[in-house]
Amino acid sequence: MWTAIKRVVRSGFVGFWRNAFVSIAAIFVMTVALFVVGSTMMINQLLDVSLENLQNKVDINVYFVVDAQQEDIDALKSSLEGLPDVEEVVFTSREDALAGFSERWRNDETIMQGLEELGDNPLGASLSIRAREISQYEGIAQFLSEQQALEDPQRPLIDEVNFVKNKESIDKLTGIINAVDRSTVIAMIVLVSAAVLITFNTIRLAIYTSREEISVMRLVGASNTFIRGPFMLQGIMYGIASGVLALLIIYPIVLWLGPEAESFFQFNLFNYFISDFPRIFAIIVGSGIVLGMVSSMMAVARYLHV
Amino acid sequence: MIYFDNVSKLYNGGNSVALEGVSFQVAPKEFVSIVGHSGAGKTTLLKMLIAEDRPTDGKVFFESLDIHQIPRAKLPKYRRKIGTVFQDFKLLPHMTAYENIAFAMEANGRSDEEIAENVPQALALVDLEDKIWNFPGELSGGEKQRVAIARAIVNQPDIIIADEPTGNLDPIATYEVVQILKKINDLGTTVIMTTHNKGVIDELGRRVITMDEGRIVRDDQEGKYVL
Repeated sequence: MWTAIKRVVRSGFVGFWRNAFVSIAAIFVMTVALFVVGSTMMINQLLDVSLENLQNKVDINVYFVVDAQQEDIDALKSSLEGLPDVEEVVFTSREDALAGFSERWRNDETIMQGLEELGDNPLGASLSIRAREISQYEGIAQFLSEQQALEDPQRPLIDEVNFVKNKESIDKLTGIINAVDRSTVIAMIVLVSAAVLITFNTIRLAIYTSREEISVMRLVGASNTFIRGPFMLQGIMYGIASGVLALLIIYPIVLWLGPEAESFFQFNLFNYFISDFPRIFAIIVGSGIVLGMVSSMMAVARYLHV
Repeated sequence: MIYFDNVSKLYNGGNSVALEGVSFQVAPKEFVSIVGHSGAGKTTLLKMLIAEDRPTDGKVFFESLDIHQIPRAKLPKYRRKIGTVFQDFKLLPHMTAYENIAFAMEANGRSDEEIAENVPQALALVDLEDKIWNFPGELSGGEKQRVAIARAIVNQPDIIIADEPTGNLDPIATYEVVQILKKINDLGTTVIMTTHNKGVIDELGRRVITMDEGRIVRDDQEGKYVL
């Protein structure tokens, strides 16, 4: 048993070196394949984070009339918080609204003057509502318009719900987000299957050069495991070498793209690459090993039948 | 030791007949030649014996073992009982004579000590002690075939199957190869050989099976080449 393992390992290494040219070709092709896998992983992560950022920016604001009673607002707030779709409700008081407004327009003399002339605080309190999912805003808006309809028309509480106004842009954003999500999934499937096919064919070509050897091995009564072993080992070696190579190519790219991506997506690719390195390493080198081993096994099986 | 029991083989869904109702036996230590025109079914017959192909009908036994009932995983073990020699030698070009033979022993799981001991012995048996480190490209046709024979016998098989072993050789190399096969047979190994060569058959004076269109037409002890 030990002799057999020793021989399989040795002839695996010998085969790797003796067919150095074919090995290098296989490694390069697999490197490209794994680079595609790695890049899609990165792009996916980038999109996920930026989608999350975008989604966090979507909310519904309820503006109350200036003389709204605090207890009415609190009642609406707690009934909103009771809704299963609602993630968070943030209350902004009239004073906070005014402070925020003055802060924002402090460089605009005309507006500040107008505000001073009014004397009183013209702004109402507001609630900002965040849903768990983008698609749930519709339901919350529905709930708010029902609330509005139930109000006493003499003493209204809600001045305005801005969702109706923003509805169009929210719908558009939801559409874009879904489309991007779908197309990355499709692109990933297409790219990864192309990579798998190319790798499989390259390894098959590499083993084609050894078909004579395989037929002689069968002839002299070598067991299938003994024949397959060295080729599977070579496949694993291709996988490890090309996985490491692909990571070495990705490293400078994310190093260069990191700051650029940060200013645009608020997400630093390079930091992600470094902090999640063990997982990325495992996925890329692991899929290289599986890819190489399975391709070798399938390619040898062609010459092992009967 | 080998029994063919009414073996038929059809190709192309029955359109072409390779073997038709073939029955014969081979006793231990026999030297059997199979002769016939191309397409008479000689090679198909040998393929049945090493389980490369299955018969459409009938059975082939090796001692009490039905060859085509052997599970696939056990086939390599069965094939180790048989040494094979081919017209085109099938040596690996990037290995020396020594390595080609050692390779067959490694595939059979022999220890390194056995390999170091048996490979030179096998090469001595075919008179190639001086070509032990030559690559096949540096050997003549006759020498290549002798290396192939050394590889076939090194695992001490019960039978040697030689498919047209002299097909590519000049008369002198043919004579040498036949002498070596005879020597192996004298040492106690059964030999089954197919050939086209009239001189070889007449010189041997051993059992001859003559085939034509998939059938055995003659089976003579001490036969001559008659077609």
